[in-house]
Amino acid sequence: MAAYPITPQTEIVETLYKSISSGELKAYAIPVESEHSAMSACVGASAVGARAFTASSSQGLALMHECLFLASGFRLPIVMAVANRALSQPVSIMCDHGDSLAQRDTGWLQFYVENCQEALDTILIAYRVAEDERVLLPVMVCLDGFFLSHLSEPVEIPTSAEAEAFLPPPDPHYPTLNLKKPIILGAMPYPPYHNEFQYDKHVCLEYAGTVVREVFDRFAKDFGRKYNPVEPYQTDDAELIIVGMGSMMGTVRHAVNQMRRAGKKVGLARIKMYRPFPYGELAEVAGKSDIVAVLDRDVSPGTGGILYPDVLRSLYALSDRPKVVNFVLGLGGRDISPLTVEKVVSETRRVKKTGLSEKETFWPDANINTLKAWGISE
Amino acid sequence: MNNMSVSVTLKGLPDEEVIAPGRSGCPGCGAVIAARIISKALGRNTIMVNSTGCMTVNYAYSGAPLFPFIHGLFENAGSILSGVDYGLRALGLREGVNLVALSGDGGTADIGFQSLSGAVERGHRFLYICYDNEGYMNTGIQRSGTTPYGAVTTTSPTGERRPMQLRKDMVKIMAAHGIPYAATATIAYPLDLVRKVKKAVAIDGPTYIHVLSPCWAGWGFSENLSVKISKLAVLTGMWILYEVENGTVRPTVKITQRKPVEEYLKAQSRFSQLTKPDIDRIQQFVDSKCKEFGI
Repeated sequence: MAAYPITPQTEIVETLYKSISSGELKAYAIPVESEHSAMSACVGASAVGARAFTASSSQGLALMHECLFLASGFRLPIVMAVANRALSQPVSIMCDHGDSLAQRDTGWLQFYVENCQEALDTILIAYRVAEDERVLLPVMVCLDGFFLSHLSEPVEIPTSAEAEAFLPPPDPHYPTLNLKKPIILGAMPYPPYHNEFQYDKHVCLEYAGTVVREVFDRFAKDFGRKYNPVEPYQTDDAELIIVGMGSMMGTVRHAVNQMRRAGKKVGLARIKMYRPFPYGELAEVAGKSDIVAVLDRDVSPGTGGILYPDVLRSLYALSDRPKVVNFVLGLGGRDISPLTVEKVVSETRRVKKTGLSEKETFWPDANINTLKAWGISE
Repeated sequence: MNNMSVSVTLKGLPDEEVIAPGRSGCPGCGAVIAARIISKALGRNTIMVNSTGCMTVNYAYSGAPLFPFIHGLFENAGSILSGVDYGLRALGLREGVNLVALSGDGGTADIGFQSLSGAVERGHRFLYICYDNEGYMNTGIQRSGTTPYGAVTTTSPTGERRPMQLRKDMVKIMAAHGIPYAATATIAYPLDLVRKVKKAVAIDGPTYIHVLSPCWAGWGFSENLSVKISKLAVLTGMWILYEVENGTVRPTVKITQRKPVEEYLKAQSRFSQLTKPDIDRIQQFVDSKCKEFGI
């Protein structure tokens, strides 16, 4: 493990350090001097065949940006936990998904978890997927900063034996740096080959979705918890489906229950596997509804939410596709309450009735008074 | 380990070339001469980390190193080294491997400084070798932290005029980290370089060697004169050959009659913009540094 501290990731690394010092976890840890070095050290370790791990957030993740391409370009099965935190400026140490979504094109798989049990489980799953010789790509496991990183919940922790049965010690299915068979890593293939390297990475990342599903099945067999790339809830007859990622979907589930009790046909689809994006599964889950509300806990300024275009792409080919409305909310750790979800639902219904331009991005939890005071019109 | 003596003779050097022929570089390149000498000193039980520079394009891309080699990025040789060091330990494979970095002055003194300083401070076991051609030569001759005062580059078109020093003193900085061994070297004194490399890799800790590697394209001299220029650097005191072992500073090649710096400067067109006051200033820099070493 090579890691650099940043709120709200620190708990993860500190806990692992304790385990390593006590001998409970047999590992070496490098207290590197920056996140760029953290990912570089993981690359070095993984390149010789060791299993590598790091964790980061926000600025740290942004700092290691070029190293993420290094990891995926070298096809190294590194796993990283990201405690989602907003990027500065303005400064925030609180949760939003902008940090990891800004890394969506780096050739890493990405998972977004809803609770702490899922965070633990997904790390195990991540290694098994990453090290599969059909994949050999790094994996990012994203958990909401503070909402998941700093709140406690009881979890089932597998025994060492159970974990090792699911995830045996590393046995690299890729060429490593070793004295017996020297290789050169980091050559420049020039135009005749560059494209084909990228094509290979592209198809492997795409196919990784299949491997993920296999590993989800195996995990269910071993531990009794079944995950899916898209986690649907009350979607079978839903007229309105809310799509989003992370811990906020737990609140959405609670709001869906309330609305169902009031007779509203609402459902939700939580995207657990964001890269590779589960286009087929989402189309299956959300395609039959009348309208979809996409919750983006992030924004691409001037354009809108980042999850939104992925959802549009899922539904585009359907002959009778639902309308899709984009919401940007919960930025910088703003709490998403059941009231916010109700507001999202009523806005969505209004769009369905009045047919407002779908190109508009809604900011349901924006403080109108603050905006007015600052002279910003909506 | 105090004042370990390593005996090296020209005959004693292995015949085997650990660097393949047919690389795609400038003929007469000082850095490749350095790489060849270093590779002979290291042998095949080496894993080399490289940061982007002439020795990436000129050496790695043509398949030259015959031992395992990794080129990561520009600024992370130090951190990749750290990962390889601990990765090998985790796998029980660290013993018997010479872990070495070969990076240029840019990837060492400038953009790579942080990761090198961190790796050294943490005490990883590796030998970090900087081949110094005194500029970003791979990208077409731009100034770096080790470009000497007065040298013309594309980003110092009237001559480098950093206010305080002749160049950034990497060996002093490395020694200030308290590492067990740091040294300068250059290609005109190959046995000195070999002895230092062998000495350094035997030490269980971070070690550093800074090799002056003349670049005719960037410095402005004829391509067959790389070794002569390297020798002139030492004979004028522009480059001092010494080692720092556990804090003790020791010159390894003693110059009895130091030549004036002007002889070195006039031999390279990169110094063609120097005025008399500039040359005097350079002589001053050199005189005060040489005084420290009793040269």
